[in-house]
Amino acid sequence: MDDLDQLEAQSIYILREAYRNLKPLAMLWSLGKDSNVMLWLARKAFLGRVPFPVMHVDTGKKFPEMYRFRDEYVRKWGLDLLLGDCPPVEEIDPTLPPAARSAARKTAGLATMIEKYSLEGVIAGIRRDEQATRAKERVFSPRGSSHKWDVRNQPPEFWDQYATPHEEGVHIRVHPLLSWREIDIWRYIEREGIPLVDLYFSKNGLRYRSLGDQDITSPIESNASTVAEVIAELQTTRTSERAGRAMDHESEDAFERLRVAGYL
Amino acid sequence: MSNVPAAARQEAATPIVIVGHVDHGKSTLIGRLLHDTDNLPEGRVAQIVESSKKRGLKVEWSFLLDSLQIERDQGVTVDSTRIPFHLGDRQFVIVDAPGHRQFLRNMITGAADAEAAVLVVDAAEGAQEQTRRHAMLLRLIGIRHVIVLMNKVDLLEYDQARVAETERAVAALLKQLEIEVSLFVPASAREGDNIASRSPHMGWYQGPTLTEALALVPAPSGRADLPLRLPVQDVYRFDSKRVVVGRIERGRVKVGDSLVIGTHGTVARVASIESWHTAPQISAVAGQSVAITLEPDVIPDRGDLLHQPGEAPVRAARIRSRLFWLRQEPLRVGESFRLRLGTAEHQVTVASIDSVVRLDDLTEHAADHVPPEGFAEITLAASESILFDPFAPGTTDGRGVLVDRHQRIVGGAPLIGPAAIASGTKAIHPTGSTVSLWDRAQARGHRGGVFWMTGLPGAGKSTIARAAESRLFAQGIDVSVLDGDTLRAGLCADLGFSEEDRTENVRRAATVARILAETGQVVLVALISPRAADRDLARRIVGDDFQEIFVDADQAVCEARDPKGLYAAARAGRISGFTGIDAPYEAPANPDLRLATGQDSVQDVAGRLASHITGAVVLGDQSRQRS
Repeated sequence: MDDLDQLEAQSIYILREAYRNLKPLAMLWSLGKDSNVMLWLARKAFLGRVPFPVMHVDTGKKFPEMYRFRDEYVRKWGLDLLLGDCPPVEEIDPTLPPAARSAARKTAGLATMIEKYSLEGVIAGIRRDEQATRAKERVFSPRGSSHKWDVRNQPPEFWDQYATPHEEGVHIRVHPLLSWREIDIWRYIEREGIPLVDLYFSKNGLRYRSLGDQDITSPIESNASTVAEVIAELQTTRTSERAGRAMDHESEDAFERLRVAGYL
Repeated sequence: MSNVPAAARQEAATPIVIVGHVDHGKSTLIGRLLHDTDNLPEGRVAQIVESSKKRGLKVEWSFLLDSLQIERDQGVTVDSTRIPFHLGDRQFVIVDAPGHRQFLRNMITGAADAEAAVLVVDAAEGAQEQTRRHAMLLRLIGIRHVIVLMNKVDLLEYDQARVAETERAVAALLKQLEIEVSLFVPASAREGDNIASRSPHMGWYQGPTLTEALALVPAPSGRADLPLRLPVQDVYRFDSKRVVVGRIERGRVKVGDSLVIGTHGTVARVASIESWHTAPQISAVAGQSVAITLEPDVIPDRGDLLHQPGEAPVRAARIRSRLFWLRQEPLRVGESFRLRLGTAEHQVTVASIDSVVRLDDLTEHAADHVPPEGFAEITLAASESILFDPFAPGTTDGRGVLVDRHQRIVGGAPLIGPAAIASGTKAIHPTGSTVSLWDRAQARGHRGGVFWMTGLPGAGKSTIARAAESRLFAQGIDVSVLDGDTLRAGLCADLGFSEEDRTENVRRAATVARILAETGQVVLVALISPRAADRDLARRIVGDDFQEIFVDADQAVCEARDPKGLYAAARAGRISGFTGIDAPYEAPANPDLRLATGQDSVQDVAGRLASHITGAVVLGDQSRQRS
């Protein structure tokens, strides 16, 4: 087994644990590269099926290419899609910096969906190497009734023994991609031929390395227009993946504050 | 930068854990290591410089890791984190584990799967409490390659003799734990000596630098050549096919192999290995998550271990195990847990605590409890035979976790082997329910709990308990009352009113209450229970779901009520040892609820109690919908 086989096997194990132990369960699908890989891994785990709904918490501000991609693959892959709205920005904590405030809409939209469907498990495609705060996450991460992440009081997690819901109002965030790095994601996309929205590939010298809302995501300078070229570029780049995400950089602790409140 | 072409096959990353006493320099080491080996993204160094400057410090490499605001402000790393790192083409994952004592659970979370460890020791200070604790943990989780980094040698002016002195002491300590040290590296993380480049100040040291030593750590070795162990994770029925899924922990499996299924021993043949978007598979090896079909189409359970005939694992219902204990309260003999072993779950009771490690000198001693964050050897008695392989370093099975009634992981248990039933020991194997407390609570809409009502004779305990019982029952709550007189008429008929007998009375009442609460009932215990120590005993027996309710009335009021004529009898000397007359009553200092019964009606007081109880046990709407 090479490193990708090993990552794949571990993610499949995690997805099967979630499917066995958490009901009802749903997977977040942001339409980005990571969540497409995650969806692909679910099809590997369940032999071509996705036996739970996929959720798109829609800020209404995604790129048109992303909405087209979503509708196409819901059809092609036979997905059970749950759509959720986000509240207007005026309803969000005004003390947050502007981009973080905008991103926090998604947290509120997600909370509404978790309650609406009484979800016990939510699968999300975050990775440790994306952002220092995410590096502290558990694979199965319990969230209390206000969906808060209690980073200082996380349960022990070792030997593949994961947290289960244990009291009222607790749901579990499941992170099957936690150990993957950005370059692993791309090498796996290449190996498996996983479809992606074409915003990731260079047009007129620009491409998106990470995709969020249109108003708070910016492209990077790049000529990489194929998966192989993106991989080659990543092997020499020294900037971080989320450099184009405005809300991470407004203040030293902006992203941590978002995550404690329930952001992904 | 790696020159490996994109499509090249890569080995999986080798996890390396970095441990050591607080302030011996772990975080600084990691920051330095990443910087000196060119593993830092652009912007990170500038960020560290700026953060350091803001706090009026010179460059603090540890800020790289302490990326959470709370950590920087307190100056301690609160949780383990994993940092990908490469040396040439070799991939590593550095696991940073905190040195802060109460965060052992975070450390184990990071360290449990490491292939090698770097133990950081301050060369001037030598081994400290957490050095010993972490070394003990390295032994328990079976880490085979330990590199000791003798840090801060710059503060000793690179003096060989002084470094050697500390090294001898640390070597002796690790030898005691049967940990074979691969290498001692004298170094300064802050100055960069012997980390990624050879120090110009230590001509006397000819051995490898830290990075050279890491490059020598063997890659994780294969478990594929051991006998097959495939624990069943789940069974799916897709279309008309039944598929058994799980991850191979040891060995390999091929289409056509005969497999023995779990403890019931049915044999079936592997008819196919199923997969999606791969080439057709006819075999699979340790580490792979597989899906197989069986012929005949038998239905295994989750937790059943599949193995080949003639290669069965050990089978035992009493097991000796090492233990690291993560709960904040001590572990005592007689406590029951679920043992999660791979995908299996078994009910186990701690039959004995065989030895506990004293952390001052790492020697083993007899003890009646395992302290929080302690290390021990214990014997577990299971309610059924368990199939297992004793834990061996380099394997992924044979090690379980203990889970309490609230589904919390409270201990790690690398299994040693079957335990003999010694003469004189009680060979009891309590059975346990597979229905969790949470399952029960969801089905009923409320949790179980014990509300322990203490107070003087005549204070109104039983009366209020019965009135509250009616109200709660009317609200759909599964409720019962254990009162002192009822217990003494039956279960406790052999007991009198001496101090010992009163304690025993409380012990029995609490044990029965706990059993009922574990079935999801709300139990009101109406018992004088005059001694605070006895009520503490009850609290320990019941655990988290215990609440103390003080039924509070003046003795004069109680004596005036005297519903059973007992005060009169005691005053007349016809009964002795009567609480309030010639035996003391120790009122609760901090009850969970105080009910004054002097003035209000029984119904008012019972109403207050009932609403306190519903507030504590009834689940909200969201959880009820799920059931």
